Amino acid sequence: MTVTLFIPCFMDALYPRAGISMVEILERLGHTVVCPEEIACCGQPPFNSGYWAEARTIATPVLEKLADAEAVVIGSGSCGAMVKKFYPELFKDTPHAELAKQVAARTWEFSDFLVSKLGVTDLGAKFPHKVTFHDGCHGLRELGIHKQPRALLTKVQGLELIELTEVSCCGFGGTFSAKFPMISTAMGEVKCAAAAETGAEYIVSSDSSCLMHIQGLLSRQGKPTKTISLAEVLNHR
Amino acid sequence: MSTFVSDFKTRATEKAGDLRHRSVIRTALRSYEIVRDKRKAAFQSWESARQAAAETKWEAINHLDKHLVALTSKLEARGTKVHWASTGAQAREIIAQILRDKKARSIIKSKAMTSEEIHLNHALEKEGFTVVESDLGEFIVQLRHEPPYHIVFPSMHLTRGEIKDLFQKELGDAPSDSPEELTMVARRVMRQKYLTADVGFTGGNFAIAETGMISITENEGNARLTAALPKTMVTLMGIEKVLPRFSDLALFLPMLATAGAGQPMTCYNTMYSGPRQPGECDGPEEWHVILLDNRRTELLADAEQRDSLHCIRCGACLNVCPIFRNVGGHTYGTTYSGPVGAVITPHLRGLQDWKHLSNASSLCGACTEACPVKIDLHHHLLQNRRNASASEPAFFERLAYQIFGLVANEPVFWSLAKKLGWLTQPLQRAVKGSALDPAKAWTKTRDLPPQPRESFKDWWRNRK
Amino acid sequence: MSERENILGRIREALQVSAPLPGAHGETSAHTHTESPASHAREWLPSVGASVEEQFALFAKNAADLKADFQLLASRDELPVALKKMAAAEKWSRVASHEGELSNFACKALGLPVLLTDKGYDVQAMEKCDVGITECDALVAQTGGVAVTSRSAGGRALSVLPPHHVVVASREQLVADLPAAFALLQQKYAPDFPSMISFITGPSRTGDIERILVLGAHGPKQLTIFCI
Repeated sequence: MTVTLFIPCFMDALYPRAGISMVEILERLGHTVVCPEEIACCGQPPFNSGYWAEARTIATPVLEKLADAEAVVIGSGSCGAMVKKFYPELFKDTPHAELAKQVAARTWEFSDFLVSKLGVTDLGAKFPHKVTFHDGCHGLRELGIHKQPRALLTKVQGLELIELTEVSCCGFGGTFSAKFPMISTAMGEVKCAAAAETGAEYIVSSDSSCLMHIQGLLSRQGKPTKTISLAEVLNHR
Repeated sequence: MSTFVSDFKTRATEKAGDLRHRSVIRTALRSYEIVRDKRKAAFQSWESARQAAAETKWEAINHLDKHLVALTSKLEARGTKVHWASTGAQAREIIAQILRDKKARSIIKSKAMTSEEIHLNHALEKEGFTVVESDLGEFIVQLRHEPPYHIVFPSMHLTRGEIKDLFQKELGDAPSDSPEELTMVARRVMRQKYLTADVGFTGGNFAIAETGMISITENEGNARLTAALPKTMVTLMGIEKVLPRFSDLALFLPMLATAGAGQPMTCYNTMYSGPRQPGECDGPEEWHVILLDNRRTELLADAEQRDSLHCIRCGACLNVCPIFRNVGGHTYGTTYSGPVGAVITPHLRGLQDWKHLSNASSLCGACTEACPVKIDLHHHLLQNRRNASASEPAFFERLAYQIFGLVANEPVFWSLAKKLGWLTQPLQRAVKGSALDPAKAWTKTRDLPPQPRESFKDWWRNRK
Repeated sequence: MSERENILGRIREALQVSAPLPGAHGETSAHTHTESPASHAREWLPSVGASVEEQFALFAKNAADLKADFQLLASRDELPVALKKMAAAEKWSRVASHEGELSNFACKALGLPVLLTDKGYDVQAMEKCDVGITECDALVAQTGGVAVTSRSAGGRALSVLPPHHVVVASREQLVADLPAAFALLQQKYAPDFPSMISFITGPSRTGDIERILVLGAHGPKQLTIFCI
């Protein structure tokens, strides 16, 4: 199948390794990957800040570019939720309303695509480390993704998954992290402390934006725990 | 910036960094979380129960006029005096007038958030009435002259040591800091107040349209006593509290207890359908019920967010909210704090003054997941943001998004932006976290990730 | 116009626009319930077991969890013995109660001075009683609690004012779950309900100090349920 891979703006700029891993995994599974170069961002920052007209300006060309895609895979739960769940709302009562629903229906978050659409869990990866998994809130609660990444991780050779004792937000929240930096930081500290309790070497997540926040705190505080995207773990051999 | 938002930011910044506060709240909520999960698991289907509860409240709220008319005619038929108040001021005046008519001096109160909402105690005390909060947590915060910290656990921010010192100072009686002994001190103080109070004041958790009853949920027995001993009883309740049927309580009482306190049922769930009836041996001679609007009808008029009137004030959304847990209840500066407070306060007190509460969220959705009546809380926060930006956009913020849109939509600009970011990294790193750093809101406490020279799109292009 | 008409007017105006159904995410459509959405509550609430034996066992377990004292007596004759033992252990000297077949039987067995509430009573005198003995309308297996009313249990104060509340019930009063309890109350009383109906689920409690459980916050510290 031809997979249209949408690598969100911050992954493109800051976490290319995560995106490259997705391409390599999908191609290894025998699919054709295309990455439309004209689109950069899904429009979530203005959308979450309440600037829906500005969000539509960004999202409209995205919708148009994705109109004919057989399957759209998004490299982040958060941006995936934007396209899958919030585009129909953003474009409600506009000429793009129907298209938004159609694209939403063909859009998948990466781990969900592998497990639910392709039915693949074993990618032949090896990652001999103790890890814990952070569920990005949008993937978890907007898209209901919980089992999929775990199904993938348990098939990784040498990997030991230790679950966090509490499910909580990492405190990133997009522009929230800059508008209310101290609340965001406090939430991140709680997350880091919970991760440290597991004794994991790595915090793995489907959301690089969450990892950016968690890693930002860990680095600043000189903590040894590292972060890595799910795709990189799955591409590790 | 309005004083509301600057006050909020100041308090939030202070509390978020207060590790002692963080640990007190965490400890207080840990025992709640364990029992809540156990009680939820005991349900054969918590999810089906939630859906049914949501649909029942939907039915109640979307036929509110019909249910209120039925409720009041049933109440009045048994001698209850029903009053209607459009505003807090009207409700205060109605209550004060009842007290004046009864030549009352002392009022014993059981817990009622609506009375906090209309600042009732302050108004009554100004007129010379003595008002005593009987719920232990409310009693403690009343002694401290502060509002409740949490709608269900009013004194959860205090340690036993602080409460001991408070009792010592205010009551001259605190044998030790054992919760048991401190509770008994309060019990003794309160007993005499009950026996002498002229008026008993309560809130209401549910109002049953079918049978004309008001149901009060509590654990301590203070509301039971409030409704049993004084000669006059006054109940203040929001108009949204209705449930259509008596049997609906069979679902709502255990759900409220489970979500709110992790109990199968709270200790006392009591339905009142009138003052003392012929042949009965006790209870008030008069019962006044005040139905309060106070801009609830404005919330009702917003069909998109009407479900926030489903709220049964269980506090579950506060307990799971990472914002609430880190900034605490007093930081909000509102009667209703936490996610539901952030949703409804802009409707009750003005969007532009209170929109910051909707912005102060990572939109994680834990609240929506916890809500026993399925209020779409975190999406309502998004809608409040949308409504606030549409009616009064912030000039620079909108401009920033317009510029971002131009860059994101044009591959050449986007490439240039990434190049610029990569080139200026060393500069940014040199001023990291200082006043010169444009990213200081982030970098004051967190590092930025290093930006690699080759972006994903560069790799993709080179590969082809 | 009265405030009543003002408020009802605003409500009717607001309701001109219909609201999305719960869980439907913005899809608006007419609500077509012919029965109460909560009418199947029994299927979702905690399970109770099919037989009466199972339900008594569940009641006993729930009551114990609530720190209530539940005594299922083999015969009516055991009640005087059990009550006298309790009275001696707790040094009861004054009892408050109400007229009723079971409550009279209990009071007679104790042989202590009894304050009866039925024709009115002095609150200060009740406050000095060691125990309040009442009957009830139902025992609820699902919760381990009892339902009382101002008519069945000697008024509003008797079951909360004295420091120990003793309920005397008969086996037939056990109902399986909350829906059954509400149905029973409706059948027994509607439309002329007692002015107070109370579900008492364990002795009075608070967790307002550090969320630590303390019994006897305002109401009784002890709740004993005798079932014969």
